[in-house]
Amino acid sequence: MSTATEALAYSVEKIREDFPILKREVNGYPLVYFDNAATSQTPQQVIDVIVDYYSNYNANIHRGVHALSQEATDKYEQARKKIQEHFNAKKAHEIIFTSGTTHGINLVANGFGSLLKKGDEIIVSALEHHSNIVPWQILAEKTGALLKVIPMNQKGELIYSAFEELLSEKTKLVFVNHVSNALGTVNPIEKIISKAHEYNAAVLVDGAQAAPHIKADVQALNVDFYVVSAHKMCGPTGVGMLYGKEEWLNKLPPYQGGGEMIATVTFEKTTYADLPHKFEAGTPNICGGIAFGAALDYMNNLGFDKIAAYEEELLHYATKKLLEIDGMEIYGVSKEKTAVISFNINGMHPYDIGTILDKLGIAVRTGHHCAQPIMDFYKIPGTVRASFSFYNTKEEIDAFIKAVIKAKAMLA
Amino acid sequence: MSKSIQEIQEEIIDEFSMFDDWMQRYEYMIELGKSLPLIDEKYKIEENLIKGCQSKVWVHAELNGEKLEFTADSDAIITKGIVAILIRAFSGHHPSDILEADTQFIDEIGLKEHLSPTRANGLVSMIKQLKMYAIAYQTQLK
Repeated sequence: MSTATEALAYSVEKIREDFPILKREVNGYPLVYFDNAATSQTPQQVIDVIVDYYSNYNANIHRGVHALSQEATDKYEQARKKIQEHFNAKKAHEIIFTSGTTHGINLVANGFGSLLKKGDEIIVSALEHHSNIVPWQILAEKTGALLKVIPMNQKGELIYSAFEELLSEKTKLVFVNHVSNALGTVNPIEKIISKAHEYNAAVLVDGAQAAPHIKADVQALNVDFYVVSAHKMCGPTGVGMLYGKEEWLNKLPPYQGGGEMIATVTFEKTTYADLPHKFEAGTPNICGGIAFGAALDYMNNLGFDKIAAYEEELLHYATKKLLEIDGMEIYGVSKEKTAVISFNINGMHPYDIGTILDKLGIAVRTGHHCAQPIMDFYKIPGTVRASFSFYNTKEEIDAFIKAVIKAKAMLA
Repeated sequence: MSKSIQEIQEEIIDEFSMFDDWMQRYEYMIELGKSLPLIDEKYKIEENLIKGCQSKVWVHAELNGEKLEFTADSDAIITKGIVAILIRAFSGHHPSDILEADTQFIDEIGLKEHLSPTRANGLVSMIKQLKMYAIAYQTQLK
């Protein structure tokens, strides 16, 4: 164990003090929250920003001459700047505020509707969340483009050589997640991006599951589009960001019509506003955007290196303990994975296990995790998924293991 | 005379009142789920399947004289236990009695959370389906 992880492990109790919800009891037991891949909890520092916004400077942005509007606009644009710096985008206007990852993906998919033609090809990965499959299916149907799928292996990794074979001059777009939500696999997106660029295909990376654990540098990755949700990284729900390279964002048509996104409007012709406003029709989630910035501050303050090292420790500890349970099957055993464990025991239904864990105060996700193709691959109805965050502890993992053993005994 | 739905529900409430805590209740339900053959395999077909997202529920209905009889099953054992309880209460009654009956007793035996519309276990759709059958067969009996 490095000194850095020791330092953080030592201060995890202090970090937990920042999260009021972690003091809660559920069904008479202290809450053990292991559903972080679905949504992360919110630190007091972010809650304070939300309260401050509504208490002190709630106003509509970008159009008011009055002081509150100016203040809200400044804070909102500062948040955009923070996001830009965090993901190392070249320009602030390459950051588009969205309602979340799904919105970002749909915005791009919709935009490509006018750029694709019959016979073009789109490649998605077998590890995708439904939100990164369905929009492309709709797009393929609309344009006559062909949807191709990068297959996965038993370990839950994408088969890179198969991806290379799928690529051709017809490939216009590649969509892949940075980290699989169901299995935690970290995909080799650097390689995928540079290979796709050899064929001039654009690449959209769904960073929703990566962002809480890995600080992505969009310029170093040379990725064309990168999407995330704030609520997975200590921010509020209903806000996220789409990063797009300026040249791509200029090529895409607007997604929604409305206020804010126009330059001039007459009944004959409307000219669109410049980036990023072209894609931000209507009053945005102002408070959410500002709180997103505060969440990034919070996480950067802790340090992503420390977070990753500590979470890896939790992952190894939990994996080892779980594997000691007879009949345990873990899905997704890639060397490169985030702190997510998807498992089943002896053919027991994940719903049953999850129900008993909940009774014992432990929050996990059960089901197909909106990734049915992965479940079909393993021929299972779903899994129990425990996902850890930097505020979880080994003691919580011990309680969880005890609960899993209890559930197994009850259901056997 | 056979018991009314109301009487059966009260009987179930009585049985569950013997348990001190949730664990005993769940153990009993798991037992119910395990021991009962709830549906003929030949009826576990796509048409009878209620997709509950996480756990699947199959329901089959048959009219026997003026009584509507249900058989059902689930792939998750806790769901199956509740299915068994619901079948016990609702099966073998006149369609109009089934239509009038409610599921309040599930609350009273401490299993309310399983009938939440957001629970994704197929139970809410199953009850809806039982009522739909009751409507259909009631029309037929008239």
